[in-house]
Amino acid sequence: MKTIIYILQKEFIQVFRDKTMLPMIFFMPIIQLIVLVNAATFEMNSINLVVVDKDLSTSSRQLVNKFKGSEFYHLKESTFSLKDAEDQILHRKADAILHIHKGFEQDLITENNGKIQLLVNAINSTAAGLINAYTTMIISSYNNQVRAEMINMIQARPVKQIKVSTSFWYNPEMNYKTFMLPGILVILVTAIGMILTAINLVREKEMGTIEQINVTPIRKHHFLIGKLLPFWIIAIFELAFGLLIGKVLYQVPFVGSIPLLFLFASIYILVALGIGLLISTLANSQQQVMFIAFFFLIVFILMSGIFTPVESMPYWAQKVNVINPFSYFMKAIRMIMLKGSGFFDVLKEMLSLFVYAFIVLSLAVWRYRKVA
Amino acid sequence: MIQKQNIIIVKNLVKKFGIFVANDHLNFEVREGEIFGFLGANGAGKTTAMRIICGLSLPTSGEIKVAGFDIYKEREKIKRNIGYMSQKFSLYPNLTIRENINFFGGIYGLSRTEIKTRTTNLLEKLQFTHAANKLIREIPLGWMQKLAFSIAILHKPKIAFLDEPTGGVDPITRRQFWEMIYEAAEQGITIFVTTHYMDEAEYCDRVSIMVDGRIEALDSPAKLKEKYAAESMNDVFLKLARIQLHESV
Repeated sequence: MKTIIYILQKEFIQVFRDKTMLPMIFFMPIIQLIVLVNAATFEMNSINLVVVDKDLSTSSRQLVNKFKGSEFYHLKESTFSLKDAEDQILHRKADAILHIHKGFEQDLITENNGKIQLLVNAINSTAAGLINAYTTMIISSYNNQVRAEMINMIQARPVKQIKVSTSFWYNPEMNYKTFMLPGILVILVTAIGMILTAINLVREKEMGTIEQINVTPIRKHHFLIGKLLPFWIIAIFELAFGLLIGKVLYQVPFVGSIPLLFLFASIYILVALGIGLLISTLANSQQQVMFIAFFFLIVFILMSGIFTPVESMPYWAQKVNVINPFSYFMKAIRMIMLKGSGFFDVLKEMLSLFVYAFIVLSLAVWRYRKVA
Repeated sequence: MIQKQNIIIVKNLVKKFGIFVANDHLNFEVREGEIFGFLGANGAGKTTAMRIICGLSLPTSGEIKVAGFDIYKEREKIKRNIGYMSQKFSLYPNLTIRENINFFGGIYGLSRTEIKTRTTNLLEKLQFTHAANKLIREIPLGWMQKLAFSIAILHKPKIAFLDEPTGGVDPITRRQFWEMIYEAAEQGITIFVTTHYMDEAEYCDRVSIMVDGRIEALDSPAKLKEKYAAESMNDVFLKLARIQLHESV
């Protein structure tokens, strides 16, 4: 027990004496939270739309005006040539073409059936999906309006309609930042915990000081506790610091219990540190650490559900996510922060992480040898 | 018993790395309180054998006892009784002299007061008191070596293992370093030292000379010189190496 204190003392002196460490601890979260939270958004703000209105009727103009009125669309150009419009997409000046055929209004009145063509640049399929959805929404709202007007003209009394009123729970303003911030925090805390731990241990290998440690009667687990605890504390601090930035910069709501989030995080960080420790037993230099950590981080982050919901991934990918520590915390931090989930709601994730931490730490401790 | 007890007993130590035999059936004993020189050219297998005896590496086969403990079953007990100074410099460069002493004292389980008094004594003896708060990376190599040795015997071990402790330091510092070794030996610490400076071999009570993973000679420097009809240990070493060369041709 006493030896652990000596190791802790040494580690903290070294961490705070290291000139690259403090900037990493303080500036990394600030920069990530400012840049990434703002940049990594899926909201489409200015869809460049080219209108090819070959009908030039009241109805077609009404429809075009609907798009003009929307804050999401930027009406790039009106043209009569579909070829021109296609060129615009080809040269990446436009994202979508709204093509209204000649006779649109007539068809609408006589056959009760108007046809519109929407052409979307789908190089980025996510963006294309969003454009399609937005456009469909506008067109169907126009459609409802037209139907109501036409029926009213005939019947002279208001028609009964089913109205859908949507309310978005847990993130009522559909604020992407509210969604992204917890995700970025998860990445931050993991990267800090995992990489710092691994680098710290490998640095002892590089310097040769690990030999000097291994020749002492120090107990393996005392040494490792002394090594991990500082980074556990730093990672927890990082989470608190990040939440504070979120509160100050983005007024991100915090519906759930803060102690519960930290309880969850404290188990989660054990997993991150355990993976870092495991990496350090596999690597002999800091470059190797970075390479292995990079691999893990990229795969885990992209599969974690930070951008795309895990539920929409293929079945096998969802199964693979069982070994992805990010996915547990990503889910839980959003549940706790945005939804106000309680202890029992995240218990399953918490227990899973507990088992995970146990396995990965045992593996790392087993791999770490005092004797070669 | 007339003779002093053997504190290190090595029987048939073999260490293989793949097909390469680094240590080929080594047999030797080190007596309590002596300065034992473990000589050999670079790559002769000195460091490999030393790391095994210190419990840093496991032998392929062989029977080894250090301070009465078995190398296979009681490594942690051995580690309590030995000090080790490695070839690669092994203090923390970004800690001060005082912090290094404090840390190693701590993990060897010395009490706060013990660490305090031993630190004061050590700094005074080395005349480092004024520089106690300097970082290790800021002090000259000679100082580091002396400090590393002092820290290796801070917990008063029975045996101190020194792996090429004087590599790269000037002759004056080497001389001072050997004075420190003698002083430690007088306090009853057995010294096991590897070196490839043959003049240093003269300072040892007994030396063994390793060539290509085998111990070719083991005796006091005087007797070895007599046996090989050599002027100095350097000549002894060259003769042994030459025999090897002829044999292999």
